[in-house]
Amino acid sequence: MSWTQISCQYDGTYPGFLSCVFDCYVHQEEPVEFRVPSDMCCSLYPLRTVETDEAHALRVYKSFSKFGAEGQRLAVRCFLTCLPDKELWLWRFLRLGYAQGARVGQNLTDPTVDKVRKAVWHLEHEAHQYKGFTRFSELEGILVGEIEPKNQVLPLLRPHFCGRYPQECFVLHDRTHHAALFHRPGPRGWNILPVEHFSPGPAGETELTYRKLWRTFYDTIAIEGRYNPKCRMTNMPKRYWAMMTEFQKDWDTALPEVKGV
Amino acid sequence: MELLEKLNILADAAKYDAACTSSGLDRSGRPGTIGSTMMAGCCHSFSADGRCVTLLKVLQTNFCVYDCQYCVNRRSNDVPRAAFTPQELCELTIGFYRRNYIEGLFLSSAVIQNPDYTTELMIRTLAILREKHRFGGYIHAKAIPGADPLLTRRLGLLADRLSVNIELPSSPSLALLAPDKRKEAILAPMGQIRDGIDQSKRELAVYRHAPRFAPAGQSTQMIVGATPESDRHILTLTQALYDRYQLKRVFYSAYMPVSSSPLLPVAEGYQPPLLREHRLYQADWLLRYYHFRAEEILDETQPDLDPRMDPKCCWALRHLDFFPVEVNRADYEALLRVPGLGVRSAKRILRARRVGPLNFEGLKRLGVVLKRAQYFLTCSGRMAAGLHVSEDGLLRHLVSLEAPALAQPMPEQLSLFGDAV
Repeated sequence: MSWTQISCQYDGTYPGFLSCVFDCYVHQEEPVEFRVPSDMCCSLYPLRTVETDEAHALRVYKSFSKFGAEGQRLAVRCFLTCLPDKELWLWRFLRLGYAQGARVGQNLTDPTVDKVRKAVWHLEHEAHQYKGFTRFSELEGILVGEIEPKNQVLPLLRPHFCGRYPQECFVLHDRTHHAALFHRPGPRGWNILPVEHFSPGPAGETELTYRKLWRTFYDTIAIEGRYNPKCRMTNMPKRYWAMMTEFQKDWDTALPEVKGV
Repeated sequence: MELLEKLNILADAAKYDAACTSSGLDRSGRPGTIGSTMMAGCCHSFSADGRCVTLLKVLQTNFCVYDCQYCVNRRSNDVPRAAFTPQELCELTIGFYRRNYIEGLFLSSAVIQNPDYTTELMIRTLAILREKHRFGGYIHAKAIPGADPLLTRRLGLLADRLSVNIELPSSPSLALLAPDKRKEAILAPMGQIRDGIDQSKRELAVYRHAPRFAPAGQSTQMIVGATPESDRHILTLTQALYDRYQLKRVFYSAYMPVSSSPLLPVAEGYQPPLLREHRLYQADWLLRYYHFRAEEILDETQPDLDPRMDPKCCWALRHLDFFPVEVNRADYEALLRVPGLGVRSAKRILRARRVGPLNFEGLKRLGVVLKRAQYFLTCSGRMAAGLHVSEDGLLRHLVSLEAPALAQPMPEQLSLFGDAV
């Protein structure tokens, strides 16, 4: 049985992708590429435009429970990664999952599972790093933080920071994906929304004092006799440094500025 | 004195404490509180020496009545002294915590007036933090040897982890360098904390809201390189501490010269034994996660760890009859004995081989470091293709694999007109 190869166009969202999966199974078609409407280049494969259908998406989403806990986690999280052609890899993973069932989560030597697992590991690792390396600034009573991750880590950071600061109003801005996590006290007082422009105001007196205190602490805590810059860079790659208070020279700006943005 | 200056002095005085972990406890924040903890811990930064910064590591005060030779805070040392008031320290902690600079507080202290007074001061700080600010983040507190057991108990009810520093690996060394401290005085609070944790666990099994005593366990630290103990002595002691006192961690701190006592290694051109510390940590991991015993790692004929190779490789080379291990059949313990296989790889192997037999290609996908493991593994009865190594060739090869990672003397720029001129 060979399915017709097509190019699949969808709106770029996760429900949209799940609708693609649904439609491909209904029409017995094998997508060889996924496109969003803004992609310029056209393809030689027949194009199928998929309308996002929440009900279809939900059915596909629920079917992931067939993959076992580990397989389900990979299927859900793979879409948040920065893996090139993640839709295609995820599609292959789902095909494999429907064929193998709960075994797919254990099948670590399979090239597709391997690719997806490593991408998800990268996502989760980055999210864990950002749990520590995110820095907030207090601006008029609201905590404002910015990150610049490779993967879409906000959904993974959400339970962590909402659980950590249940009484705080805070905003966490993702510069790469132009989205922000907003939180205010109360049950379900959070949302992740797309953000076009993000420019927090200048830092106040207290904020500047705390930055100074933190930098003093950071500089003091290192033991000179054990100076080991390589070890520091291994544990904390330089791409995180730009957003971190301890490496920030300019004290008056609201948040650390990033060069080249 | 200004807060900035105090922080400078008291962080500087606390930095020689090696322990800076926030692990061992999962607690989510509840409405009305601030803070949570993670089982795995969380590093918030790494200082210029490559060590992780996860807790605000400060002393309550560095006024000290003791005169320990290795310690920067001993009373005969001429350094600026300061003390945090409990309120100050709490505000600083909360301020840092809200900005996500830290995971919590590591509160230690020099002994001001007497151990009881010092502990009371620390309790006041922690009580304000927990009760007034409703702080749910991680707190690691140092129990002060010699303090009243009731005070230590109160401290443990407020903190998540307690630690008592064993300081030096043997009691003669302790008598020589820390004349005011005795082995018994250090071990007594350790035993008390162990019993407290045990009791708390039993109570929690019955009553959900029973008070939690040091729920993240206890740890300790010793200084390596200041006194002549062998690695074997240190590892045996470590194992005894894990067995008898159920410690979560034993930390080693390569001795840094902070004083010019005649009893200590000279400060002139002294290099801290960082590689030795590293090897000790590797051996410590073998004890905690790899089902090794101290007797297996080192014995009378070999009292020190080999600086050229990690302890697991050394063990493997001494026990070549144990190898090769068959990847598709060996149990978890046997897999853990293979150099290059860690806890994660071993667990992945167990999972992956339920689906189908593994080969070397598959192992590479799992993330197994084959450059070491290939000499000790077979896949379905076969060694890696094209591998012919004799026994002593193996040793040479493994040493050369590790060599580039070890610290080399700095290369020097050649000069035509160097020192001769």
